[in-house]
Amino acid sequence: MNNYSGFGRLMLTVIMAMCLRIAPWPGFLTNINPDWILLVLIYWAIAVPERVGIFHAWTIGLLTDVLTGRVFGQYALAYSLIIYVCLLLHKRLRQFPLPQQGLFIFFCLLFTQILLFWLNSIKHPTQPHASFWLPIVTGTLFWPPIYTALRRVRLSRRTQ
Amino acid sequence: MPSPVGLRRKKDAPNPTYIKRHSAIKLLFATGPSINTRLLVAIIASVALLITEYRSHRLDSLRATLSVVVDPIKYLVNLPSVLIEQTAYSVSSYSTLKSENIRLRKEQFIDKTRLLKFDSLEKENIRLRALLENSFKLGEQLLIAELLSINMAPYEHIVVVNKGTRFGVHPQQPVLDANGVVGQVFRALPFSSEIMLITDPNHAIPVQVNRNGLLTIAVGSGQLNRLNLPFLPNNADIRPGDLLITSGLGGTFPSGYPVAVVDDFTPITNKPFVNITATPKAMLDRNRELLIVWGDSSPVSLTTKPTPEASVLRPNNPSSASGLVGEAPAKTDRSKSAESRLTRKAPAAAQTGTDNDE
Repeated sequence: MNNYSGFGRLMLTVIMAMCLRIAPWPGFLTNINPDWILLVLIYWAIAVPERVGIFHAWTIGLLTDVLTGRVFGQYALAYSLIIYVCLLLHKRLRQFPLPQQGLFIFFCLLFTQILLFWLNSIKHPTQPHASFWLPIVTGTLFWPPIYTALRRVRLSRRTQ
Repeated sequence: MPSPVGLRRKKDAPNPTYIKRHSAIKLLFATGPSINTRLLVAIIASVALLITEYRSHRLDSLRATLSVVVDPIKYLVNLPSVLIEQTAYSVSSYSTLKSENIRLRKEQFIDKTRLLKFDSLEKENIRLRALLENSFKLGEQLLIAELLSINMAPYEHIVVVNKGTRFGVHPQQPVLDANGVVGQVFRALPFSSEIMLITDPNHAIPVQVNRNGLLTIAVGSGQLNRLNLPFLPNNADIRPGDLLITSGLGGTFPSGYPVAVVDDFTPITNKPFVNITATPKAMLDRNRELLIVWGDSSPVSLTTKPTPEASVLRPNNPSSASGLVGEAPAKTDRSKSAESRLTRKAPAAAQTGTDNDE
């Protein structure tokens, strides 16, 4: 198996995802900006489960908390839970066709969003706007292109 | 079979470095803690972090440390807009620059003339306060910070600027622009700080009506062009067009800065409170440059002669566009008051015999 999956590529894609996460999208696009970091992490967890551990997900979640100015630990918690499920199911998920994977991604993103909403409403009760749930849909729709792009990144040969 | 060494190596035995890198891929018998244990540790760690963060500010230093890792990403995302701005500036035509220069010169002339009056007014104010035997507040120091064009979280009116604790920024500092109050520093990190705008739903600012001094609180509405004033009774003396200024109560915002203009007043007959909305004076969605203010809240008694206070709040000096403006006078003032306090204490120290002044 031609498995050229360095840790450097993983980190590079995660950093790109972080950039996309905080990029200043104009107008309405801000509200539908999907959780790129989680999508990238899920891909790597399914593709190379030996390299992506729960603590990687936890650390990246912690950095996401700092990056987006959230309460410490909420993304760390969400990401480590999702990556745990992905690591358990990676063999099955690999066999799924893309639409079925999309369904799985949908539920992952839904779970993350519900968890974040719950953790936020502990401190002060909030009534989120309906578009709070839109990133789940866009994230699911973005899964096929992300999957193909990251697959290409993973399988592309090293130049040396 | 004398085959070349490199070819045989490639075919039979893979490159040793390649083995080293990827031999750990398929571990049949996994070592270390199981995946369930790891998940448990991760969950416990995150919950511990969450609880600590909800209860105290003890994790601020950890956040500051981690932000050093993450802040380059913020600046990276900000880079394109900076480049576009630089390019636009460098290719703008001579005539545009000339007209802008003329306009700015006019503006500066008008502002300077206004400041002449301001100086005399401030002197007069201080004299009047001295007559009332009242204390007055020292002027503020200002720091110009530039907005980073990144978007941290939708639904929250929090922006990021490029000055942090390395410039002395600390939480709860007021932030202004040329037109009015913008918000307050929400979180100060080493290389950047997060600023909560006054329109954030979680933000409230104590204000007073400039016309009659009526005190109230303006709460953010979640829309960039609107503040709500929910705590005024139906018969409150407030009209559309009234200017709201900071009242200085609460201690976060210095008093007297314009906040918003009342634009709507709809009494509800069966409710005790009235619906009032106001439009912020500051251009919250347009400005790239903000002023972070250090208010000196320690009152200075007027019995000591206040000499240089008039020059504390200076207009922005174009040459020191990114530095502290008016830092030196305020500092000397403070050190002077500290000195006077010392000199007052000195005789007592001399009496007890522990004079360590000289």
